[in-house]
Amino acid sequence: MTVPISYYLILSGIVFLTGMVGVLIRRNIIAILLSVELMLNATNINFVAFSDHLRDLGGQVFVFFALTVAAAEVAVGLAIIIALHRSRSTINVEEFNLLKW
Amino acid sequence: MSLLFFGYFAGMIVATSVLVVALRNPVYSALCLLIMFFHVAGLFVTLHAEFLAAVQIIVYAGAILVLYLFVVMLLNVKQDDRYHSQWRIAGFVCIPLLIEALMLLSGGAGRGPTDGRGFPMQAQEAIPTNNTLAIGEKLYSTYLFPFEVASLVLLVAMIGAIVLAKRDIGGDET
Repeated sequence: MTVPISYYLILSGIVFLTGMVGVLIRRNIIAILLSVELMLNATNINFVAFSDHLRDLGGQVFVFFALTVAAAEVAVGLAIIIALHRSRSTINVEEFNLLKW
Repeated sequence: MSLLFFGYFAGMIVATSVLVVALRNPVYSALCLLIMFFHVAGLFVTLHAEFLAAVQIIVYAGAILVLYLFVVMLLNVKQDDRYHSQWRIAGFVCIPLLIEALMLLSGGAGRGPTDGRGFPMQAQEAIPTNNTLAIGEKLYSTYLFPFEVASLVLLVAMIGAIVLAKRDIGGDET
């Protein structure tokens, strides 16, 4: 008995929403980046589920590229966090209002 | 049987992802994310994506999460207040999103376990037995140019990270 595709859609929707809520309400900038990882993983689950459903390997190749972008995002994001922590000695996002108009 | 596996993996993924957002200490959040990555890899195995399951564990759990933990330890983050002072505004943004998502999901799931009109029909071709071989052939023929662009993205990220995190680059280097 096979699992219907809608279950995977519900799962990835829940995980994506959890990540989005985390991005919106957390104030620790590292937790915000972790929530972005949650959202990327939700999309990956969706891609792989549809790749299996349609018997098309393109979805899995796309997950491969999403993984590359996630790695690049983490490297640059954590470098920015280190630079911010060096100049402001905090990682609370409410302290960062340099670009606020 | 496969429904049982899916239920276990899905339950663990949802529980740990809620814990990632809800836990106060960023180290615990990162460790919950580690558990979630392993369960996502298990879900990939049940979806006949064995290569991606291995890559998920190696890259996400092995590289990205270790980087997170390094930075958490490096910055010596104390446990601080959990949420924004603007969490009410964020709540007003989140609640309509949640309601919209629930409506969409209930509309999609209401058609029952058979393939509804909203989803494309399941293809009946055989699953390739050698997943890694099939992905490699696809990656180096159809997706060759995106593959090269991905390497460029990684190079840019590497140079950017070094430039951003280095203490005084281009300063007095005499």
